Amino acid sequence: MMRMTYGAAMPANASNWVAVWRRNYLAWRKVALASLLGNLADPMTNLLGLGFGLGLIVGRVNGTSYIDFLVGGMVATSAMTSASFETIYATFARMHTQRTWEAMLCTQLTLGDILLGEVAWAASKAVLAGTGITIVAAGLGYAAWPSMLYALPAIALTGFVFASLAMVIVSLAPSYDYFVFYQTLVLTPMVFLCGAVFPINQLPAAFQFVAGLLPLEHSIELIRPAMLGRPIGSVGMHIGALCIYAVVPFLLSVALLLRRLMR
Amino acid sequence: MSSVAIDFAAVNKSYRGKAVVNELAFTVAAGECFGLLGPNGAGKSTIVRMILGMVPPDSGQITVLGKQVPAHARLARAGVGVVPQFDNLENEFTVRENLLVFGRYFGMNAGEIGAVIPSLLEFARLESKADARVAELSGGMKRRLVLARALINDPHLLVMDEPTTGLDPHARHLIWERLRALLARGKTILLTTHFMEEAERLCDRLCVLEEGRKIAEGEPQALIIEQIGCDVMEIYGGKPQESIELIRPYAQRIELSGETIFCYAPDLEQVRKQLRGAVGLRLLERPPNLEDVFLRLTGREIEI
Repeated sequence: MMRMTYGAAMPANASNWVAVWRRNYLAWRKVALASLLGNLADPMTNLLGLGFGLGLIVGRVNGTSYIDFLVGGMVATSAMTSASFETIYATFARMHTQRTWEAMLCTQLTLGDILLGEVAWAASKAVLAGTGITIVAAGLGYAAWPSMLYALPAIALTGFVFASLAMVIVSLAPSYDYFVFYQTLVLTPMVFLCGAVFPINQLPAAFQFVAGLLPLEHSIELIRPAMLGRPIGSVGMHIGALCIYAVVPFLLSVALLLRRLMR
Repeated sequence: MSSVAIDFAAVNKSYRGKAVVNELAFTVAAGECFGLLGPNGAGKSTIVRMILGMVPPDSGQITVLGKQVPAHARLARAGVGVVPQFDNLENEFTVRENLLVFGRYFGMNAGEIGAVIPSLLEFARLESKADARVAELSGGMKRRLVLARALINDPHLLVMDEPTTGLDPHARHLIWERLRALLARGKTILLTTHFMEEAERLCDRLCVLEEGRKIAEGEPQALIIEQIGCDVMEIYGGKPQESIELIRPYAQRIELSGETIFCYAPDLEQVRKQLRGAVGLRLLERPPNLEDVFLRLTGREIEI
């Protein structure tokens, strides 16, 4: 049995993926305004609704106002959501119904080039959503300048992580219908478990332990202090954990898609 | 450049125990138009995907433009242009943007792409549509754009999976004319088709496939002479069994396909005389074609 070698499917060089990214950028540019509004409206509603509404009842959290506390969680969550949804819906469409990948695979691009371009693109959308909220929050006085700039690389890394994870889901899902499970059983619980809306030290120890294994927890641990203008602890560990969550699922998705698309 | 564009040697592929490509061997010489002819399900698209390195064979050797495939498929594809069976253009992009984006996939920069776009638009007769969105184009225009897109990397070899399926006759003739222009420029073309007319008009040589096996190979005219070698009468209507009994003594061979009788005979006048008394018959005399070859080899008409 002659198998497609994984080596031949990996990104061919350091620049091939850019062509894929630019294709998506060109498509996005045509609908940029609607896309921006859609990306920002949801997290802003959550931030202001929860921040003001719940903030009145909650009072101060970890020595700061609830809305200040919430900003970091919302920025990380929106980066997660944005990268995940771009991948499970738009990327899946490009693989499946739009036949975009089929056209790309007829060129000198490898499957890995395409996936890297797609993941980089989804991460770019995460950066867009995350920075959008950061800027609005800063404008309203809920984020600390200039330390919030430290959040930018963490937002980008969060985007890569959740794009890679979603790519694994894309490579396994037979149709769109399965994505809702990822959303409701993985993403939404992660928001609550990882301290996006309340401090995780309120959770039972077992849950805190699980949270420590989840990527969103590491994103929030990097982004929240930056937003609050506080020192960030264990930077290397959080970045390392996120890098593992970005690279391992990416490699897995190349292997899975190779089996799915080229057999 | 080697004189061989594509070489298949004892290639096999099966899915769930069913052979889709069966001990297939053929060679496409540089500069020729080679056809893979067969009905749906004959394995044509799988063979195309194998050439591009998208389907690894279970066994056998595939060489494309001197590169082992699938191991070095990326390098091979750099010199190949592909016209897929189904349009996979970017519908929301303009004609020009489609070419630009595709050129980038080949690692071309904006200057290189910009330099070839005018000649590609001219070749595809799409100069006036450069800034139209693909969604606004007719089926024939889309097909010509796919063809132009396949040429952006100035490929040595064009691989076309059913290039004119779904087009009206006018649009089809325009594509055929463009393909002949490419052959005149020295390009190599491999095309799959279930249109006998397309195969006869374009192909220097062809390979007839049935269920993944090669059942004949050669030049279209040589195959027709070798396999048929006489004129054909198609007989419609009446009671086929009765007609067959009448003409049997004068026919070299008779095939019944559906309600149509195909009568192969050296002297069709004799056949015509036998049927003079029968009512409700429609007779069509014509020279033999690849359809007859296929019918002869497989015992059935090509199904689309």
